[in-house]
Amino acid sequence: MPIIRIQAEDFDVGAELARLEVGAGAVASFVGIVRAEAHGKRLTALTLEHYPGMTERAASAIADQAMMRWPLSDCTIIHRIGRLAPGARIVLAAAASAHRAAALEATAFLIDWLKTDAPFWKHETFTNGETAWVAPRTEDDQARSRWG
Amino acid sequence: MIVTIRYFAWLRERIGHAEERVDPPASITTIGALTDWLADLSPAHANAFAQRAVIKTAIDQQFVNADALIAGAHEIAFFPPFTGG
Repeated sequence: MPIIRIQAEDFDVGAELARLEVGAGAVASFVGIVRAEAHGKRLTALTLEHYPGMTERAASAIADQAMMRWPLSDCTIIHRIGRLAPGARIVLAAAASAHRAAALEATAFLIDWLKTDAPFWKHETFTNGETAWVAPRTEDDQARSRWG
Repeated sequence: MIVTIRYFAWLRERIGHAEERVDPPASITTIGALTDWLADLSPAHANAFAQRAVIKTAIDQQFVNADALIAGAHEIAFFPPFTGG
């Protein structure tokens, strides 16, 4: 059963991957980290807003899609919310399978779809006091559509 | 029909609150018509809905288009495109 968690707290990547290793031949993972800079400005914080309820439903649907499209033994999505400092982990997407191709592809699919199909919004606070909502990127839409 | 409207991200900021209960007239039957009606509620609403083409909508946490019917909806949410991950 996929693990889906939307939480303010950090997560333990090693522990999460160890859970996926059981019975698998390959575990792949993606960890997203808050960057120190955006648009040439230094970041103080990245704040993640979400739509409680719809977020969990959307993430579960993405994990279910991955389980249907690839022969996975399991997968995990953990996404943090609230105010995060540069260097903090934002998201973990991980997939386990008998062989590497399915695990790697499913992991890319999970994070590509999470970016475009789950109701999260990023808000940047800069050291100069400016703030900005992160704009959607066309590259993210293209990355999503490559999976059909 | 009294319905809860929820706003997220910059829509919430521009409108000034995250949620409101509204009672649109019976002639408002679709998301598109509701959007026009909400945009007329105040200058803040007009400002929030100015970039209407990019705004997404969900009825009871399911994505819908502008022609979706609002009858029976408990909660209608308006938000910008997602930027998580």
